[in-house]
Amino acid sequence: MNWNGWSGFWSMGGYGLYVWGSYAVTALVFAAEIAALRARRRATLQRLLRLKRSGVIGGTNGGNGGTRDEAQT
Amino acid sequence: MTNWFRFSSPQTFFPLAGAMAPWFFAAAIAFGAAGLYIGFFVAPTDAQQGEAYRIIFIHVAAAWMSMFLYLAMAFWAGVGLVFNTRLSAMMAQALAPTGALMTFIALWTGALWGKPTWGTWWVWDARLTSELILLFLYLGFMALQAAIDEPRRADKAGAVLALVGAVNVPIIYFSVKWWNTLHQGASVSLMAAPTMAKTMLWGMLMMALSFWMYALGAVLVRVRSIMLERERHTDWVAAYLEQPR
Repeated sequence: MNWNGWSGFWSMGGYGLYVWGSYAVTALVFAAEIAALRARRRATLQRLLRLKRSGVIGGTNGGNGGTRDEAQT
Repeated sequence: MTNWFRFSSPQTFFPLAGAMAPWFFAAAIAFGAAGLYIGFFVAPTDAQQGEAYRIIFIHVAAAWMSMFLYLAMAFWAGVGLVFNTRLSAMMAQALAPTGALMTFIALWTGALWGKPTWGTWWVWDARLTSELILLFLYLGFMALQAAIDEPRRADKAGAVLALVGAVNVPIIYFSVKWWNTLHQGASVSLMAAPTMAKTMLWGMLMMALSFWMYALGAVLVRVRSIMLERERHTDWVAAYLEQPR
């Protein structure tokens, strides 16, 4: 065990700002990426379901080519 | 015997990726918990750097992943370029954002480590500069892909950029040897015994595994969205949209 109580843990021998600044931003980046991945999946599904409902994709003649849908992504 | 080539078809890989991703995230959490415990409660205070060195556990993990993911991205982009396989180009596209974030974390934690130990946030030394170039290569790859409307042409252009940029990775890795840099030499080498305490090394390895598992999970989730978008005219996507899981 390295620390004498919580205050010692948070102060990191005087380097708290640097150590916790590193760990906090790293955690934030991962959390943001996960949120972005979920949002992207939701948006993709919504868009494709809309295209499917309007018959642009997935219909009997939705197959390959022929119909043009919105932006080519 | 399993026919592994089966998995190179998007329609078989899609459900497989969806099934594997949660396990990779679970492994990332387990390795991360072990790494953080070792890093903060087992590994001793460093004789020279005090507690500031504890940034190493995420800094090195992120820096390794930034290089490894770039090589993986260049590999899949190259495979796509040569064999014209659909899934490879999608993999390359899915790897880029996670790689860019790992590069950003490596640079950010490096700056926060440099300030107390070197007295500066940033210095134009070979290691730092080449890692910054890596970030620009990732961003350039993503921007190029986004700028070209036709997906197959975007794949080809991105692949050329990714492959040419791959030369930067050995430059990053060996920069501390080739040039007299401010950045310290490798803490872990395949050739020599580690120069650090065993517990520090274990903490670092656990965090590296955690970041690796996280990256795999994130890339698999992203590639599924990319597959749906790009394969939207196929029957398997139409079937999937009936019952998305």
